[in-house]
Amino acid sequence: MPEQIFQFLVTGITVGSLYALVGLGFALIYNASDVVNFAQGEFVMLGAMSAIALLNAGLPLPLAALVATLATIGVGLLLERFAIEPAAGAPVVATIIITIGAAIFLRGVALLLWGKDFHSLPAFSGDAPLHLGSATLLPQSLWVLGGAVLLVTLVHAFLNHTLLGKALLACSFNRAAAQLVGINVRVMLRLAYGLSAGLGAIAGILIAPITFSSYEAGIMLGLKGFSAAIVGGIGNPMGAVAGGLLLGVLEALGAGLISSGYKDAIAFLFVLMVLFFEPTGLFGHKAAERV
Amino acid sequence: MMKIEWKNLLTAMLLLAGISGGIVQAADPIKIGAFLTVTGPASFLGDPELKTLQLYIAEINAQGGVKGRPLELIHYDTGGNAKDAVNFVKRLIKNDNVDLIIGGATSGDTLAVIPDIEKEGIPFISLAGAVDIVEPVKKWVFKTPHTDRMAVAKIFEDLRQRGLTRVALITGDGGFDKSGRAQVLALAPQYGITLVADEAYGNKDTDMTAQLTKIRATDAQAILNFGFGQAPALVTKNIKQLGITLPLYHSHGVASQTFIDLAGPAAEGVRLPASALVVAEQLPDTDPQKPVLLAYKKQYEAQYGPVSTFGGHAYDGVMMAVAAIQRAGGTDKAQVRAEIEKTQGFIGTAGVFNMTPEDHMGLNLDAFKMVEIRNGGWKIIQ
Repeated sequence: MPEQIFQFLVTGITVGSLYALVGLGFALIYNASDVVNFAQGEFVMLGAMSAIALLNAGLPLPLAALVATLATIGVGLLLERFAIEPAAGAPVVATIIITIGAAIFLRGVALLLWGKDFHSLPAFSGDAPLHLGSATLLPQSLWVLGGAVLLVTLVHAFLNHTLLGKALLACSFNRAAAQLVGINVRVMLRLAYGLSAGLGAIAGILIAPITFSSYEAGIMLGLKGFSAAIVGGIGNPMGAVAGGLLLGVLEALGAGLISSGYKDAIAFLFVLMVLFFEPTGLFGHKAAERV
Repeated sequence: MMKIEWKNLLTAMLLLAGISGGIVQAADPIKIGAFLTVTGPASFLGDPELKTLQLYIAEINAQGGVKGRPLELIHYDTGGNAKDAVNFVKRLIKNDNVDLIIGGATSGDTLAVIPDIEKEGIPFISLAGAVDIVEPVKKWVFKTPHTDRMAVAKIFEDLRQRGLTRVALITGDGGFDKSGRAQVLALAPQYGITLVADEAYGNKDTDMTAQLTKIRATDAQAILNFGFGQAPALVTKNIKQLGITLPLYHSHGVASQTFIDLAGPAAEGVRLPASALVVAEQLPDTDPQKPVLLAYKKQYEAQYGPVSTFGGHAYDGVMMAVAAIQRAGGTDKAQVRAEIEKTQGFIGTAGVFNMTPEDHMGLNLDAFKMVEIRNGGWKIIQ
């Protein structure tokens, strides 16, 4: 039994780091604009699918990954410029609805470009499983974990130790005040969308060898990433990461120890409990800060 | 303003009526209604099925139609939503006045529309797998694909031959998975199979190692995964990852090249029951199905790329329907139904069909071939 639990934990952390990466993108845009970007899952899908397409077109993997990430950042910026910016001043709910529309649009484009089939990316360092005591994991899982740690550290450093990052955070606390001290809110918004798209694309490329990808892969990943972000307290990037890991481990333990049929129910029950007892999430800003 | 718009509308309507009236007078087509899930999660079923219908209806029309009348395909996309399927079938019957319906790519779509089909009395050839569609027999309902019960029986026969009796079952949460699981549970005692595990996963899950770790701790001699889409490919990879070396069986739901591509080297040695279409080239030349399979494959691939067994079900459906209409000498619904029921020795992609009033599918277990994945391709093993 203990060796089984160890495997469940390894599984949970692998899956959790995937949710964490997606959740991180949600947190960034929310920080800059109070908007939950429901197209975040589509950024993940676009990154993975365009990397696969470029690889099949003959590009080497590192170059394909780079170009795919840049292309997705481009899509993020275009989305901000042509869908979000024209609606500046609209209520947050309207903007959220715009992002849902954008998500459907991006899925449609992906469907036309790449068809309905699932596609797979070859693993970066082979498929031979690694043995951790009695548990096994794929080398690709280490890429995901390592990628998550690296990106989280970078985002953390960016937000807390650079002027640009602090300006982005300032927008989240009080947009009018941020504008008054000379922060260009519009540029900050573009920055947030570009960054989130880039983060999503990298996440998508890292996880594609494990999970495969298809034009609608973004729906599920978006949902799980969103859950991770609200469990951790939306707007807190570190919280999103913690929330993602927590969700992943809970799912794995639930499937392994209780019942695989109720795996998702257990995870979502946990989300509901968190929202019930800590409406701002486990690590969220307390509402009082906004007064 | 309003007046002008009304006038325009009226003219447009009159024009439309004139045009459609003209077509009816000129050709008087045989109307074939279809409702398929061309989009949505089960689109890999509906998409090749629609393409096949369009392909063969165009070809039949190019050859002069049936009894001098062209075929007209009227199609709606259900998106895999059973509620929409019911509405579309009502529309096909009442508004479009179709003569015959082919469709219902998923068992869910098909089962939902059966009450309306039976009430209105219109011949219906379903392209879905579940055994409940034709058992008990419904007067107006036929189907062309193999059932999940046949798939399970085929797998259990193979297990029995290899002397394996303790099986770990893992299934997804879709309708196909659940129906398959029910058949596994129902048939296991007959074949002396003991199920030592019964695990589940969500079809959109990205990792099944937790469930497989539990299976690893049992004394199973083989693993059976009943599902379709990308999830069985993940199960296959996860099994490899956990270092499990038990024989792995899948259902006919993954009998496509996509599965081999996704699962990669982990798919080596996987066994599953499949339609003869995937191994058409390997069949002996004496096999009566071989020319039919190769012809369908050639025609489909010339236009759309790799064939799937699902498109083959639509081929079987439309060809069987056309043959029945020809024998009936027209589109009288009761006569066409009676003729479909009399189908004997019809060689389709799924097998040789022999319909009877008691059997509205007409296939036997030989229609399935047990295949193994070797060197990234299919190999018949019996």
